[in-house]
Amino acid sequence: MRIRFRFAKTGKVRFTSHRDVARLWERALRRAELPVASTQGFSPRPKVHFGLALPTGHESLGEYLDVDLREPECASVDPAELPQLLTPLLPAGLTVEAAALVDRPGPSLQEAVTSCSWRIEVPGADLAELTAAVERLLAAPEAWVTRERKGRPVTDDIRPAVAMLAIAGSLPPDRLEPGVVLEAELATQPRGVRPSELLAALEPPHQEGRVCRTHQWIALDGARREPLPAPTTWAPHAQARAS
Amino acid sequence: MTSIWPQLEPILPKVARPARYIGLEDGSVQPHHDPRKVSWLLLYPDTYEIGLPNQGLQILYEILNERDDALAERSYAPWVDLEAELRSRGLPLFSVDTHRPAGEFDLLAFNLSAELVYTNVLNCIDLAGVPVRAAARRPEHPLVLAGGHCTYNPEPLADFLDAVVLGDGEEVVAEITEVVRDWKASGRTDGSREGVLRALARVPGVYVPSLYDVAYDGPRLVAVTPRFADVPDRVEKRTIADLADWPYPRRQLVPLTEVVHDRLNVEVFRGCTRGCRFCQAGMITRPVRERPAEQVRTMVAEGLRRTGYDEVALTSLSTADFSGIEEVVRAVVDDPVNGQQTSVSLPSLRVDAFTVGIAAQLQRARRTGLTFAPEAGTWRMRQVINKLIREQDLYDAVDAAFSQGWRRMKLYFLTGLPTETDEDTLGIAELGRNCVEIGRRHTRSASVTLSVGGFVPKPFTPFQWFGQNTVPELHRKVGLLRDDLRRHRSVQLKWHDPKATLVEGLTSRGDRRLGPVIEDVWRQAGTFQEWSERFRLDLWLDALARAGLDPDWYVHRHRTEDEVLPWDHLSAGLHKDFLWQDWRDALDEVGLEDCRWTPCYDCGACTGYSIEHIVASATPPAGGSQGTGQDLAAESSTPVQLLARPPQARPAQAGAR
Ligand code: SF4
Repeated sequence: MRIRFRFAKTGKVRFTSHRDVARLWERALRRAELPVASTQGFSPRPKVHFGLALPTGHESLGEYLDVDLREPECASVDPAELPQLLTPLLPAGLTVEAAALVDRPGPSLQEAVTSCSWRIEVPGADLAELTAAVERLLAAPEAWVTRERKGRPVTDDIRPAVAMLAIAGSLPPDRLEPGVVLEAELATQPRGVRPSELLAALEPPHQEGRVCRTHQWIALDGARREPLPAPTTWAPHAQARAS
Repeated sequence: MTSIWPQLEPILPKVARPARYIGLEDGSVQPHHDPRKVSWLLLYPDTYEIGLPNQGLQILYEILNERDDALAERSYAPWVDLEAELRSRGLPLFSVDTHRPAGEFDLLAFNLSAELVYTNVLNCIDLAGVPVRAAARRPEHPLVLAGGHCTYNPEPLADFLDAVVLGDGEEVVAEITEVVRDWKASGRTDGSREGVLRALARVPGVYVPSLYDVAYDGPRLVAVTPRFADVPDRVEKRTIADLADWPYPRRQLVPLTEVVHDRLNVEVFRGCTRGCRFCQAGMITRPVRERPAEQVRTMVAEGLRRTGYDEVALTSLSTADFSGIEEVVRAVVDDPVNGQQTSVSLPSLRVDAFTVGIAAQLQRARRTGLTFAPEAGTWRMRQVINKLIREQDLYDAVDAAFSQGWRRMKLYFLTGLPTETDEDTLGIAELGRNCVEIGRRHTRSASVTLSVGGFVPKPFTPFQWFGQNTVPELHRKVGLLRDDLRRHRSVQLKWHDPKATLVEGLTSRGDRRLGPVIEDVWRQAGTFQEWSERFRLDLWLDALARAGLDPDWYVHRHRTEDEVLPWDHLSAGLHKDFLWQDWRDALDEVGLEDCRWTPCYDCGACTGYSIEHIVASATPPAGGSQGTGQDLAAESSTPVQLLARPPQARPAQAGAR
């Protein structure tokens, strides 16, 4: 039996790495004494499957994790109770939002996700200038950026990956300096384009401040949906988007 | 300012491994600061990854936070990238618990576990916004303290530390808190710093360097004498009598990011009387105080449940010596809560106490690496260092391990030991080859790693008088081994850079004249010297030259019996004549039995403090030679000389057996 968890990663804990979060989950699952299935062999590992890696330092409102449970012990597990059970066993800032059974065999989370929505703070940016830069990028047929890959510079066109880009407003007043907030949807196939690359592709290039992944999207029967919706009572972003 | 988190937050994306700086560990606290409470900042002057697991620091963190009149937070040395960011923005060193500036605490208390971190201590003090030299501090500045093994010779840091604590910290932190509480209540007025230091010097176990005068005659140290009548001539270490009274840490910190020893650690005993002559830890932590087996089991079970770890280490200086170790390991592995998934690691295994029984218990759970420490390559050499394990003991242990399914193991050795000949050095390679041979009987992929370190003599050991090998000599010895093992691919050789041993030797046995040298190296950005990629021997040699000091005199010179040593005014309980006799015995290749199971030698560690060993079993663990060098099982007579019990009657109170 496979259970999919949706969780948020916000605040100080955003500075942990993808690998750190995996280990935090493994320990929390053991503490919850859930009957997690393990791999066979010399040193058995719990069968947990993580979604797309979130760059260290970025927040997220939509992270996912699939956990396989052992039969038949899993019969006693009620997915609805899991968020309340697990959140206190994770560090502050890792919040379990939802848990539900998923059908097996489906594609892995990493394969299934086709794009992510981002909220990108651009400290120091001027609203009018950034608006113009966004319009220029959206109007351009291509947008080339150079990144480092295995120690070598690689240049590619990220314009096809930019599914949506818009100005969302000004930075919250508690930030150290004023600036602008962008909203973007970036494709993850054939590779995940990072918000920093998007800002580097702007004319002139900008530097990111705080970044939050607000959604991950999978394509299902031609429609775009989330791997696991957050409870509607909770998710202001999902509501705003749905309305 | 109470928290610099808002300033820190935009910097962290720019630095490596930012999770080091966020705190939030399970078991951590965000204490409420109150002017009536004494606030301690416990600092480990190395990276978070190295410092977080430190058990001593975690124990004091809990004990202090349990008090009504104290609170404690933690800090670790920021890596050079964050340091540069902090300095360029004028931001101070901070605690990881509430991100409070270090300078706002009443005490900065450093854990000193290794000498090479000394320049980091200065860097942390400076980053806290506190003058690095104790003499320049004013009442508004925190008191700078240090504890940990290196404090048995704190003289190289004497200029920078306000006070130094010798021995176990569990009890003395309460007494220090009370002194500092009174100082705070009195308003920390101008000139009051001297007063609080005088009060601290009256607390047993606390050494205040600035209250002593040092006299030299040319290069020789003549005396270190207290400047006031109420300051002790000699500062004695603190020892907690019974580990059972201190079941700490109760809530071991569980880090969010990977650190060394990332597992549950349960200390099963403190102290060790095997009497290895090179081992400072063994000498200064006497006597042996075992934790009751029942308490060990509870701490393991509760710890695993609370932390979610799937590995527990039973720690001590020689865990196989714990009374009934086999049963404890079995109980952990059998505990249904641990679901047969918990691995048990026993660091510091003595080969003569590692039996097939222990190997069998360990291998039932997930297997961890296995490390043995024969320390020297020949029996002659092992008699000199009093590590009286026979070659056969090692082979039996290795055979036990390979027979239970291990394929790889690691053997620790020292080179540069007193009286070492090339034959002794090459004996290391010989042992390695023979161990692989034994392994081949069980598995074709058997391999052995020999890890070789250059020996650095330490204070309060019988080898404190020994002139350390030079760097070229250590290089030559490592070269001998490398050449000898070139054609044996299943024996891997690893060695520590001998260059660092020179600085370690300098700071281990140096005196106060090294203060300016340490400060000089720090000012040349010589921090994180324990990291090989940052170690800079040239900085140290240049600084010594500028100070007019001769490294040979400090490091490579043999000391004489009548020489005043820089730590003679401090005491680890050990009588100097006991250590000197043990040094003579070493040179005569005479061993000394473990006093835990045989008569007391009156070294002073129990007799001087009216305490005793606390050992559950009156006899050594089964198997091997148990430090006698004789095959006890067969009652055969290996030619070993053991020192008979001393002629004087042994004091009645010593040794609970
Ligand atoms: S005083 Fe005696 S029993 Fe105690 S550690 Fe020293 S030699 Fe051993």
